[in-house]
Amino acid sequence: MKATPLSNCERRFLLRALQEGKRLDGRQCYDYRNVRVSFGPDYGCCVVELGKTRVLGQVSCELVPPRPNRPTEGILFFNVELSPMAAPGFEPGRQSELLVELNSLIERCLRNSECIDTESLCVVAGEKVWQIRLDLHVLNHDGNMIDAASIAGIVALCHFRRPDVSVQGEEVTVYTPEERDPVPLSIHHMPICVSFAFFQQGTYLLVDPTEREERVMDGFLVIAMNKHREICTIQSSGGIMLVKEQVLRCSKITAVKVTEITEVIQKALENDQKVRKEGGKFGFAESIPNQKITSFKMGSTAVDTNNVEEQAEEIITKAEPPSEVVAKPILHTPGTAQIGEGIENSWGDLEESEREEAVEEESESEVTAFECQKRESEDTSTMKETKEDEPIVLSDSEEEEVVILEPQELPKKTRTQTNSKQENTSKKACNRKRRKKRAAH
Amino acid sequence: MAAGSGVAAEACVGQVVLPGDVLLLPAHPDEDGEQLRLGASVAPRGRLLCGPGLRRCAAGLLVTKCGLLRHRQPSGGAAAAGGAYWVDSQQKRYVPVKGDHVIGIVTAKAGDVFKLDVGGSEQASLSYLAFEGATKRNRPNVQVGDLIYGQFLVANKDMEPEMVCIDSKGRSSGMGIIGQDGFLFKVSLGLLRKLLAPKCEVIQELSQLYPFELVLGMNGRIWVKAKTVQQTLIIVNILEACEYMTADQRKQALAKLSGH
Repeated sequence: MKATPLSNCERRFLLRALQEGKRLDGRQCYDYRNVRVSFGPDYGCCVVELGKTRVLGQVSCELVPPRPNRPTEGILFFNVELSPMAAPGFEPGRQSELLVELNSLIERCLRNSECIDTESLCVVAGEKVWQIRLDLHVLNHDGNMIDAASIAGIVALCHFRRPDVSVQGEEVTVYTPEERDPVPLSIHHMPICVSFAFFQQGTYLLVDPTEREERVMDGFLVIAMNKHREICTIQSSGGIMLVKEQVLRCSKITAVKVTEITEVIQKALENDQKVRKEGGKFGFAESIPNQKITSFKMGSTAVDTNNVEEQAEEIITKAEPPSEVVAKPILHTPGTAQIGEGIENSWGDLEESEREEAVEEESESEVTAFECQKRESEDTSTMKETKEDEPIVLSDSEEEEVVILEPQELPKKTRTQTNSKQENTSKKACNRKRRKKRAAH
Repeated sequence: MAAGSGVAAEACVGQVVLPGDVLLLPAHPDEDGEQLRLGASVAPRGRLLCGPGLRRCAAGLLVTKCGLLRHRQPSGGAAAAGGAYWVDSQQKRYVPVKGDHVIGIVTAKAGDVFKLDVGGSEQASLSYLAFEGATKRNRPNVQVGDLIYGQFLVANKDMEPEMVCIDSKGRSSGMGIIGQDGFLFKVSLGLLRKLLAPKCEVIQELSQLYPFELVLGMNGRIWVKAKTVQQTLIIVNILEACEYMTADQRKQALAKLSGH
């Protein structure tokens, strides 16, 4: 498809607004949009939202023979893709200039800055090294894809865990994630790109341009820096002449922005680490709010007035209608609580005595779960999460198979009641059923 | 193709329907045509209008879009059969429909014809003679990148859509080239239909704030012009935010603005 053309009145309006110092979304000239980082269930998968621009980053690794001229270094491979869902002008399989520019910027920012220690990726010198592959997919284009992509790249790399390896003489053992905890990559620093847009031959400067602003800009400057104020890469495009003071000013602004963004990233990484360690729910499903028809929500709609900006913003940011559901925590054992529901727990190891029962239960639960899902999909408007009026305290015993049902039904299930419970579960109507299988250690 | 038997259409009005659902229409009243009916008790066979998101199938109506089912009684009174059913769905991508008034952006001038981008899969064509008072000598002053408000004369899936800026009588009735100032932005189609409803609250409340000019195109594009850039931006932000705000939140936001 062709990209939507920019009309003359939009262009004129944007430039006029800029001369008065106003931006479309109410930001100041040096303001960044909200950066939001969310992680997927696997290590190394993250989505970064910069306003409405969304980039997905995914890291994977593989053991390969090293490059002949660098036998003791691992291999890094970066790939940026513009998904056709990002903008109407993006088509699959077409190498546009923009894509080439993005790829080269990300390469320079992450590879030439040597933020990843490639020596630590070596397993057997000259024979086996780790190849780390970073894939960035742009999911939505609302301006400033470079910044979002660089943040997604570095966050995914920091989040990623590779399998642990041990070398004993000639023998190399690669441990699976179940045998030994996977190991994070060795990252020296976090380079982040910050983009600047210039208008009217360099008179006006905007940080973090949106898609409209990018269309009317004259020149473009990208500075990649880390929080130690080291510049990793600089690129200026658009063919306008930049004065020395402007570039210095931009680098100062970059230093401030990079510190802020690095803080956001660190906090997000720590939160995710904490949630995983505590065994809570993590993944994309948790970061998308449900109970909304349009889950693509506007973070804060800044209404553009001088005096009432804070007040109006405050009202509008709290504007999401409060969800009716308050999930009550379920106390499994003292010290372990569950809030909300999640995917089926798949503890693989079951003891022999529980195995037959488990097989029966599993096939049956799959059937009922499928039925429930079917009914759920037909009934989306009236669907509410099950409300629990009081926290259900389950038994301490780890030997029991526990089925969590509606409060009307029996919350607990013991071995002796296995048969009757199987009948009951098949008669349930449109309720969500959660199962928790305890692995007998 | 339909999963299971259908549901009666009246039962589903105001509920969410999904593509593939079959809606059964009320059975025709004169099934047993043996009896003679006299006088006013003749059941009228009204015309049932099958609106967007629905398609006729053997059993009744087949739903093709997901959304809320709506129904409107025909104007003949409650007893008249027929009426209109349609599905209110959330959509941003526009499909040209004959008779729709849209805002197009001129992308090319090819001899006698302008090519406009209307947000659909094909560009629409607009003849230079389709303006009020245009003749071969007196051509309209249209440049590439201008905005045009017109309606579709031809819009189906087999042909390139054609637009005109005059109605059937030859008058422009508000259509034509939109002025140079102002700002154009895009919203979802559902919000736009809400704004186009007669006596729309949003527009009435906004008009209490400042005077402004507004053009609403059915393809999701809105053009706004107010006296200053500031006021224009406020209106743009409020209209974009209306999609996600309830009526009370909107009233609060506007009250704050009008207070200052």
